[in-house]
Amino acid sequence: MRYIPNSPEERGEMLKLVGLDSAADLFRSIPGDVQLNRALKITEPLAESELISGMEKLADKNTAAKRPSFLGAGAYSHYSPTVVDHLIQRSEFFTSYTPYQPEISQGTLQYIFEFQTLVCQLTGMEVANASMYDGSTALAEAVLMAQRVTRKDKVIIAQTVHPEYLEVTKTYTQHGDLKIETLHFDNESGRISADDLSNLDDKCAALVIQSPNFFGCIEDVKALADKAHSVGALLILVVTEAISLGLLKSPGECDADIVVAEGQSFGIPLSFGGPYLGLFATKEKYVRNLPGRLVGVAYDKNGNRGFVLTLATREQHIRREKATSNICTNQGLIALAATIYMETMGKKGLQEVAVQNAQKAAYAARRISEIEGFSLPFSAPKFNEFVVRAPKSADEILSKLLSEKAIVGGLSLSRYYSDNPNDFLVCVTETSSREQIDNLVEGLKEISK
Amino acid sequence: MANIPENLHYSKDHEWVEVKDGVATVGITDYAQHSLGDVVYVDLPRVGDNLASHEAFGSIESVKAVSEVFTPVAGEIVEVNDDLNDTPESVNADPYGAAWMIKVKMENALEADAMLNAAEYEEYLSENE
Repeated sequence: MRYIPNSPEERGEMLKLVGLDSAADLFRSIPGDVQLNRALKITEPLAESELISGMEKLADKNTAAKRPSFLGAGAYSHYSPTVVDHLIQRSEFFTSYTPYQPEISQGTLQYIFEFQTLVCQLTGMEVANASMYDGSTALAEAVLMAQRVTRKDKVIIAQTVHPEYLEVTKTYTQHGDLKIETLHFDNESGRISADDLSNLDDKCAALVIQSPNFFGCIEDVKALADKAHSVGALLILVVTEAISLGLLKSPGECDADIVVAEGQSFGIPLSFGGPYLGLFATKEKYVRNLPGRLVGVAYDKNGNRGFVLTLATREQHIRREKATSNICTNQGLIALAATIYMETMGKKGLQEVAVQNAQKAAYAARRISEIEGFSLPFSAPKFNEFVVRAPKSADEILSKLLSEKAIVGGLSLSRYYSDNPNDFLVCVTETSSREQIDNLVEGLKEISK
Repeated sequence: MANIPENLHYSKDHEWVEVKDGVATVGITDYAQHSLGDVVYVDLPRVGDNLASHEAFGSIESVKAVSEVFTPVAGEIVEVNDDLNDTPESVNADPYGAAWMIKVKMENALEADAMLNAAEYEEYLSENE
């Protein structure tokens, strides 16, 4: 079967009309030495069954996906109920783009409204938008929003925020007049100390912290929020592991002003870095400065409920130069996946998953700390990730663990922080079995001998 | 027929100005509020901001559109009507009273004299109807 919709005669007519002899003439402006000038090296046409078995053989070469993995650091392995994938693949959802003529797409607006409602309930905040591209760009938008709200240009970002989130924020804001300063963490606790905020002053638009932070440690969000508010700055809280919200005190209760989170943990598989999902929530008084789309509920003259895009004057298709952000879309399908995940799990289910994560991680941490020469350098409470200090280079230990035991043991921190080359980050979720954790411990024991 | 008080100065952008002791109070006219329709939000600047003549100092959002508001006179903002945050509808109900927007300490106390008076503004409106 051919998939080219027009016939050779029709193509000939079109070429004649534009004054060319062949389709190849269309590419004349591309220099000959960069043109391929040969057929692609692919097999002859295959029967469907041959194609499938060929693809299966290729897929079998991907052994990495089958190894037990203790990687986290912003991308988490969680169980996703099959209903999530099943429902998002319905064509009404799967093929529809973010609504540009919104009110005609009531179904889309309804699930976005549900998504926003769930994000508010989860974070304890008053208003959430229709989602952002991912957690890191959501942070960049949050920083810009704080700048708009406070009309101040300095932002302090804790060093315990995911280093790649910091990089994205710097890239995103590099051409504005924003000044980013970083804040050191306490080497003993592994988190920010509320007593050590010397650069927090009345020039600050925001203090940015992450909890659980990049080392897995839970920050004292309330104390840091109070400090930020005492100088008129906003407290921006980053959450890279959204499952933690099932267990920890909500950001709203801790008086955070803006909460940005990565929603990948909610039913979105690990797949080479994307697509991800940015959650963005704030207090109602800042809603005019919120970036992104916002769905509201409204009633028509007969009292029937309907959904509308609301407060759209913040968006760039209304007044480009005054817009709060360049974003005029959202992660539609991925936000839907997260919505179905949250609705399937429910409050209790999410709490149970969170508790399992914390308990399994605590078990793994205790077992690893009992190995001779290994320790846990940070004393602060943790959720499902923790830093391990090995007796020798983390890079060496992790690469041996992979080659000799086929275990992905964690993330070496040397690529982000040069001071402690023996440190690595271990993440344990509900998908790690007790056997896998015990094998990790045995593996580390043998390799470090 | 739009309400056009005698004692105010008017701009062709439909702002009014009342000058007292070198301080100009600025708002939008009855004609402007009527054209905008129901006002749902007023975005105002902060005290201390400096404005040049005809610079946009804020925006008014109605159910129909968002429009910028311009200051007819240059100077420093000394007061802002924060009540409009909670009662934007007063722009429709009382444009010359409760819905004043900013007070500007004028750089040039005579600047408002170059603006339209009530009769001239009324004529301007009738020409542009």
